[in-house]
Amino acid sequence: MKTTVQSIKDALQKKEMTASEIVERCYQSIKAQDKTINAFISLTEETARAKAAELDEKLRKGVPVGALAGVPIAIKDNICIDGTRTTCGSKMLSNFVSPYTATAIEKLIAADAVLVGKTNMDEFAMGSSTETSYFGPTKNPVDTSRIPGGSSGGSAAAVAAGFVPLALGSDTGGSIRQPASLCGVCGLKPTYGRVSRYGLVAFASSLDQIGPFANTCNDLALLLNVIAGHDAKDATSLPSAAPDYTTLLDIDVKKLRIGLPKEYFAEGLHHEVDRAIKDVVKKLEEHGATVKEISLPHTAYAVAAYYIIAPSEASSNLARYDGVRYGFRATADELVSAYTTTRDQGFGSEVKRRIMLGTYTLSSGYYDAYYLKAQKVRTLITRDFENAWNEVDVIVTPTAPTTAFMLGEKMNDPLAMYLSDIYTIAANLAGIPALSMPCGVDSKGLPIGVQLMAPVCKDERILALGKYIEEN
Amino acid sequence: MPLSTSDVTHVAALARLALTDDEQEHFRTQLDAILSYINTLNTLNTDAISPTIHSMKSLQHALREDSVQPSLVHEKALMNAPEKEGRFFKVKKVIE
Repeated sequence: MKTTVQSIKDALQKKEMTASEIVERCYQSIKAQDKTINAFISLTEETARAKAAELDEKLRKGVPVGALAGVPIAIKDNICIDGTRTTCGSKMLSNFVSPYTATAIEKLIAADAVLVGKTNMDEFAMGSSTETSYFGPTKNPVDTSRIPGGSSGGSAAAVAAGFVPLALGSDTGGSIRQPASLCGVCGLKPTYGRVSRYGLVAFASSLDQIGPFANTCNDLALLLNVIAGHDAKDATSLPSAAPDYTTLLDIDVKKLRIGLPKEYFAEGLHHEVDRAIKDVVKKLEEHGATVKEISLPHTAYAVAAYYIIAPSEASSNLARYDGVRYGFRATADELVSAYTTTRDQGFGSEVKRRIMLGTYTLSSGYYDAYYLKAQKVRTLITRDFENAWNEVDVIVTPTAPTTAFMLGEKMNDPLAMYLSDIYTIAANLAGIPALSMPCGVDSKGLPIGVQLMAPVCKDERILALGKYIEEN
Repeated sequence: MPLSTSDVTHVAALARLALTDDEQEHFRTQLDAILSYINTLNTLNTDAISPTIHSMKSLQHALREDSVQPSLVHEKALMNAPEKEGRFFKVKKVIE
């Protein structure tokens, strides 16, 4: 059953349900179905029930409550909550208990959201199918023989299965948008720096962003409103205050210029996905929008640039996992083998593959040819978008080249897996906001997602357009 | 230039990863294929292009006053330690 924030607000206000009853219903549905879906790694039942009881008390007394009061929300397991297990889907952190809380979470708590549990993910956020998790794969609720996408597969599935109306994920190369597309829900990667990364376990620091999942674009905006803003604890946080997104959701489609980049509608795109995106755009055109074909000429190089930059940054960020201060520690006789055995046993193969790739591309003799080169290509990709914004206001593309593939289908071919990120990656490299929303299903009933992209700090534009599309 | 076994051993050592022989060969083939794909970047002329380290053009160095602020207390910092002794993390001998 798909709920919205408003429906919960109404139920509480009309006293149709209490916050405690809403949380119980949530846990009942999780316990009934999550054995099959495996969206959650851990549940935070005690704190959730305590929070709900506290809210019911406030509501009884007529004390004002926050913007997300009583709303159950699932959190990707790479985001720290003081006192909870934060595993990053890895053996390396399977027993790690966070000693502090992420800024985005503190904002959720202040808004009176009810945090119900931590969701499954590809190990250390490296993957596009949630199959690399130490805790087993998450299944797509629409077809449980298929993957939900990744790396935020658990969060996407939790919303798609109707366990929760809202979830948080993280997106480095598409890890919110691609699972949103494959599961048939809405997901947003905000402008880089819009949401604090303090408390998000780092994968690739110049690309990572926390972002919302919901059933509607309106709810994405509500959740973004709570978590966005400057944070002194995140040195890469945008210095400016975030606007109130809920006041910026009107759009005049007649004044809108939409760009369709030809490189995103070429070989490799499944024809049913192609048609679904074109149908969305055609309807907008009928409502008065101007549509034009544009070019983002360096699109073909984005995946290659990303698979240098992200693993390079990851190789540095994951150097901290040495079994000394936290996490898994293997038995060893001396110092170096303590490190090497701990890391070989604690990490899964995708993580090791990316650490080695990143170490190689940063190593002496190769840095210029790979990392520096990739950063120059990143400049070219960023410029492609800047040039596009001279001609159009929004860019519309498919989110993924296909619908959800079968479990196990791409596990033996890492490169094939990497290429499924082809449409989402450029937005991370350029730092621009991008969202995915459902726009139909294919002939097998599998969800298709349309991706909307806007210039830096224009997150409201795609939220408004997304809301328009879902309401018209 | 294809990736050799000694390249893999060298990188694994740098990354502090103890790979088995099977893992070494397995990763060597996969990394070789990935690096070949990545080498398509060399078809682009980027001589006149400056690198982007960060997507935020306006990023200032985020500095603050050098004053003492609360930070993680010892108990919390040690709470996940695989081995500890008193207020210290316990590690293998570092100096011979």
